[in-house]
Formats: sequence, C-alpha cells, structure tokens
Amino acid sequence: MSEPLRVFIADDEAPARERLKALLGDIAAEVPTALAGESANGIETLERLPAAAAHVLLLDIQMPGMSGLEVARHAAGLERPPAVIFVTAHDRHAVEAFELAALDYLLKPVRAQRLAAALKKAAATGPVEPQRLARAAGTAREYFSVTARNRITLVPVREVLYLRAEHKYVTLRTRAGEHLIEESLVHLEREFAGRFVRIHRNCLVARAAIRGFERAAGEADGEPRWEVLLEGVPERLPVSRRQWHAVREAIAEARRG
Amino acid sequence: MASISQNPRADGLPDFRNLGVIARILVAVNMLAFAAALAAYPDLAAAVQAYVRSAALVEPVLIASLAALWLAAPWLAPLPYAAGGVAVLALVALLAAGAHAMLGELAGASLGRTLAFALASAALILAWLRLRERAFSPALAEARLAALQARIRPHFLFNSLNAVLGLMRREPRRAEQVIEDLAELFRALLTDGRSFVRLGDEIALLERYAAIEQLRLGERLRLTWELDAAPVDALLPPLVLQPLLENAVYHGVEPAAGQGEVRVRIERRGERVRAVIENTLAPAPEGAGHPHRHGSGMALENVRERLALFYDAEARLETASADGRYRVEIDIPYRSGAS
Repeated sequence: MSEPLRVFIADDEAPARERLKALLGDIAAEVPTALAGESANGIETLERLPAAAAHVLLLDIQMPGMSGLEVARHAAGLERPPAVIFVTAHDRHAVEAFELAALDYLLKPVRAQRLAAALKKAAATGPVEPQRLARAAGTAREYFSVTARNRITLVPVREVLYLRAEHKYVTLRTRAGEHLIEESLVHLEREFAGRFVRIHRNCLVARAAIRGFERAAGEADGEPRWEVLLEGVPERLPVSRRQWHAVREAIAEARRG
Repeated sequence: MASISQNPRADGLPDFRNLGVIARILVAVNMLAFAAALAAYPDLAAAVQAYVRSAALVEPVLIASLAALWLAAPWLAPLPYAAGGVAVLALVALLAAGAHAMLGELAGASLGRTLAFALASAALILAWLRLRERAFSPALAEARLAALQARIRPHFLFNSLNAVLGLMRREPRRAEQVIEDLAELFRALLTDGRSFVRLGDEIALLERYAAIEQLRLGERLRLTWELDAAPVDALLPPLVLQPLLENAVYHGVEPAAGQGEVRVRIERRGERVRAVIENTLAPAPEGAGHPHRHGSGMALENVRERLALFYDAEARLETASADGRYRVEIDIPYRSGAS
C-alpha cells in the first residue's frame, strides 16, 4: 500500500467540510487519505496551502472573497501544485466551463463513489496546467500572485500601476513597491485588456493611473518623444512612436466615458 | 378566503373597492362623455364646450355610482354575474334619473338621453372590465409558474441538502430538524399561490428558512428580527417575504468575507402593513469576477409582479441602497384574516 493521499478541503460552509471528511473516512479502504488541511475562504486557502503539502485540493467554487476558480489559478504557481477537484452545488456557468476544459468537478451533495473515482483520477493525472484553468475561468483575475520560498503573496490587480517586461520576468509596480512574476506580457495584455493599455513593446500601464503626458527632450526620427506621468510615483515611462496614437485615443475615450 | 384576482370568485363582478378598478371607471366614463360630445359636434371647440356642460350631470352621477357601488360591493360580490350586472345597471339608472331630476336643467339634456348614456357607459365598462379580467387570467397562471421556478433557487436547495448530510452523523437530532424545516418550506413553495395567507404563518416560514441558512453560514449570518408591531392576523399573498430574505442572504451575506447582517422589520401603520428587509452589502468584486452573483432582479421582479396581480395599484415595493446597506420595502393594505 502506498502512502495516503494528502487532501486539503476548502469550503466556506462548515457542514459541507464535515460531509467531505466523513466521506473520506468511508472510502478509506478504497482510497487511503490523510487530511492535509482545511480553509473557509479563498484567501485563507492560499495562505495555508503552501505549508500543507497537499496532493489534492477539494475546492468549492462559490466562496467569499475569491472564487474557487481564481484560487486554483494561484495555487497552480506553487512549486509542487496540488491536483484540483472542484466542488459546486449549482453553478451552470462553471460546470459548462469545466466540461469545455475537461476539468474534474463534483456536484453537491457529493457521493462517496464519485469522490473515490475523482481522487484516484487526480492522483494519477496530477495538477492541471494553468492555461486550462485560465480558459475555464473566462474572466480576469482580481489578484496577481507571487510565489517565493513556498509562500503565495497576493497583489490586487487594482493596485498595480504598470507592468514591465524584463528578460523572462514581468515587473509589477505598485505604490508600495515592485514584484516579479513569471508571465508573458502578451497574455497579460489579453487578460486585462480593459484595465491596462500598451504604451511600449515592453510595457502596459493601468489606464486609471495615467496622470498625463509630457514631451521628452530630444526627438526620435524627426518626431517628438512622449512620456507618461503616473499617479503617486515619480518615474516617467516612455511611449513608443508606434503606440502613441492608440494610447492617446484610448485615454481620451476613457476620459469621455 | 380572498383569492389572487381582483374578484372574490373566478367569474364575478369587478371589485368595486379596488383603487385600480375605480380609477379605470373614472377615466373610461370621462372618455365616453368626451367621445359622445365629439360625435355630436364635429367642431372641436364646440365639442369641448358640450363636454364641459355635460360634466355637470356626468360627474355627479359617476361619483354617486362609484360611492354606491363601493357601499354595495359586499352584497354584489356573491351574486351570479348576470344578476350582478343587472343590479349594477339598475343602480346606475336610478342614480342617473335622480341626478337628472335635480340637475337636468344645468346640463340641458333630456331624461332619455341621460339614461341612455348612463346605461350604455355602465354596460360598456362592465364588458371591458370583464374582457380585461379574462385577458389577464392566463397571465396569472403563467406568472405563478414563473414565480415557482424563481423561488426554488437550486443553489439553496443543493447546499441545504449537503448541509443536512454533513450534520447527520454528528448531530442527528439537528439534522432531523433541518429536514423538517426544509419540508415545511417546500410545502409552502409547492402549494397553490392564489390564496392569501396569514402574516403569522408567513413569519413562521421566514424563521424556518432562516434556521437553515443559519446552519449553513453559522456566525457569518447575523439576523435581527423586529416583529413586535407585526399584525400576525393580517392577510398577504404567500411567499412575498421569503424570496426577499433569501435575496438578502444570497447577495449580502454569502459573498461577504466577514460577517453580514440582515434585519427584518414588519409593522402595521394605520390601515397599511409595512415590511422592510435590509442587508449589509458585500464589497463589490472588481470587474466581472463573479458572474454567478448576477441576476438579482429576478426574485424582486417576481414579487413585484405578484403584488400587482393581488393588489393592482394598492401595493408598493421599493428598493434603496445607501451607506453600504441594501433595503427592500413592501407596503400593502391591511386586511385582517382573524374572522
């Protein structure tokens, strides 16, 4: 017999967690498990998960603070991410998305046999690629996550002033400081199209953070060079010649609307 | 027991004490009087003059008829439709003849013309109200069906069943209680929605529902009841309060990271019953991160529609959102079901 599967349970309703624990007990002969931890909302899940060394995460979708789908996307950044089994009472929207992305999910009330089958499958296939989770989520995240020394730090998207690509990392700039994330600027631009605007080949700026534009000294190829001034931080960001018209139009449109 | 239509029976006279019916009669008679004036005088100015002159006779008869019908409503209601119609026409003719004897000079109309106009208007309006009633009956059935679908929120059902299962081994007695509460709730949800219920029973249902939510959400849900001034004998349509409480929990408490508060206040104010359900608002998510939390308007629209079917213009439903709180207020006429 191999070592027991470490299962982490995330659900905001206490009786629902009780139920899952009872079922894990019932199927122990078929699928031996150990409880790796529990949590009652999305943020708490991400706080406790890194230290729990869980193989499988049983994750409720409708939780206060952060939806289960977003929790799964951040958990995927862990060094050893758990396999995720979503649990939902009734969420047609999510169920359709899971079917499309071929993600495993259980419907409440959960049956022991379905749970055993899902656990076996999860143990065999392991964690899901983040891209598939992103596709199932369909909407933009509310947080960026930085995983360092097996700890997940969450940075609210609305606090980010700009994103700048450097080598294989992207720097997130907030008023308080900087963070490095390992994502592609192209994907970020697509996910957060409404919030950030591209001003340069390597830079996206939050529309709401733009204070104005100023002409920089000198010219490039006989045309004036422009820089973006930001709310709350002193640095200026150069606007590339190619992006200048698009940026100016996007900002004017935002100001009008 | 009163029923959902404006008639006490499916196929009777209109309810002459209903504000909506009274308003429709007022407007219709005046439109008919103006149409008659237009028919008699092709010139618009002359027609307006004739209409104003005729008003001296039309309005007193109209007001007197409405007053008489208001008083006679309890006796008219049990009559079969034909007999009731004849009684209404006789009453109107009598009042018209009386008014003509007193005011006929002023309006310059013959007794024959006066009676003919009064009887024709009364018959036309009766027929119109009956047609209207019939036209709306299938809508009643449909609205009831739509109401039923909106009221059983699958999210609530499956989560409650799951909670019972979670409770069953450790606290079997409490699990039993929850199933009893669920059964009671579903009995109310599945009964014919056409009869009025006593407020006392509706409050008991609210408490059953709240007990289930309390079990699921624990201390995240803080409920305050202010029911000391609630007239438990008052009659109201079934399940107009429960969906509002469910909405408050679903939108105010479930998505909140911390504690959410819901306050229920029901009171009688003179001849009106007022119910207020208030909840703290969960901080709105950035962007469209929670698509499943949309569509809040459905339960509300449903209750609004049913109030209109039961009370026509005599009920109010208002919503307001301020200072981090969302508030729904219902105001309906007080009718006692004590007898």
